[in-house]
Amino acid sequence: MLDVLASFGRKGLEAFERLGRGHLLFLQILAGITSLLPRPGLLVAQLHSIGVRTITIIVVSGLFVGMVLSLQGYYVLSQFAAEDSLGVMVAASLVRELGPVVTALLFAGRAGSALTAEIGLMKATEQLSGLEMMAVDPVRRILTPRFFAGFISMPLLAALFSAVGVIGGYFVGVGLLGVDEGAFWSQMQAKIDWDGDVINGVIKSLVFGVICTWIALFQGYDTLPTSTGVSRSTTRTVVHSALAVLVLDFVLTALMFGD
Amino acid sequence: MNTRQLEITVGAFMAAGLVALFFLAMQVSNLANITTSEGYEVSARFDNIGGLKVRSPVSMAGVRIGRVVNIGYDQKSYEAVVTMLLEPDYNQIPEDTIAKIYTSGLLGEQYIGLDPGGSLENLQQGSEIMITQSALVLEEIVGQFLFSKAEENAASQE
Repeated sequence: MLDVLASFGRKGLEAFERLGRGHLLFLQILAGITSLLPRPGLLVAQLHSIGVRTITIIVVSGLFVGMVLSLQGYYVLSQFAAEDSLGVMVAASLVRELGPVVTALLFAGRAGSALTAEIGLMKATEQLSGLEMMAVDPVRRILTPRFFAGFISMPLLAALFSAVGVIGGYFVGVGLLGVDEGAFWSQMQAKIDWDGDVINGVIKSLVFGVICTWIALFQGYDTLPTSTGVSRSTTRTVVHSALAVLVLDFVLTALMFGD
Repeated sequence: MNTRQLEITVGAFMAAGLVALFFLAMQVSNLANITTSEGYEVSARFDNIGGLKVRSPVSMAGVRIGRVVNIGYDQKSYEAVVTMLLEPDYNQIPEDTIAKIYTSGLLGEQYIGLDPGGSLENLQQGSEIMITQSALVLEEIVGQFLFSKAEENAASQE
């Protein structure tokens, strides 16, 4: 009985400990910006592996999400003879929700898991300790550029997702289903706000960028240096990122659009 | 992949992201249509503004010439005070213009329509439109209709 209680307590303490280590690491990563600024080359290399390589999946999924939204939206809207609002529906759902959220989920799967595996393996093969032996701070040298690359990439990727999605919705709505082209764009422009909708979407994706990259980096840095440990951390990155994104999305939506 | 190629692809990525944001700004949202806050402000009092909102369009002969910038409530006269910002190009609007609240479509958005009067004086910054017509509220119309029906029935029974 007491053993059960003790193991329960140990798990709780471990979780809190991990949370504390995560926050300390976050501060260390942020502090590393001083040594990143004189060496932008490190950032460019990470922007390539985190941002550029994620474009393909983002563009393809954005296109298809927009097309499906258009098809489904048309089905419902045509029952109310409101097909002209199709553009508003597609753009609003993409810009406000699907753009930031789906991008963050894809980002966690594509870039976050890669980050965790990379850093976890660096730790398992003692490359991180090697850096420390050479008096190079691994947090500043390895983690900080990756963090800021993720932070910069996420809003750009989300904007790409939304833009491609709207174009996909346009092709299906106007090209395939015969919605009036003028009404599609003009209603969209009349109803979608720049600061109310687009900027809020960008803020969301900035928050998701911080969260997803942070989780990925911490899981990699904190991994058990074995193959099982790395595989477990990679799984955890995807699961934790997805949960954090979805929960935070609810909170942010309630704050932004709640009134 | 050498450094130069790397930098080019990253540059293209960032440019593509910014182009997407620009597309969202100009084509998807209404940033392009927001005129700078230049122009002149005109106010009008309504008994009932219905579903009029800040940023609702103000149009004349169907052409959008401004937007609603503020909606207030006058506690003394129990009226709504609507402030409109008209674009500086449209400065030949007679002083005795009538402001009416219309609905676009059956269930659409509400907007202010201006019907020009005949005065030689024009509206200026700060002037007030004196003749207004309130929004049609569906419940009131239905209520009036039922009331007049009931009166008819009572009259025919006598």
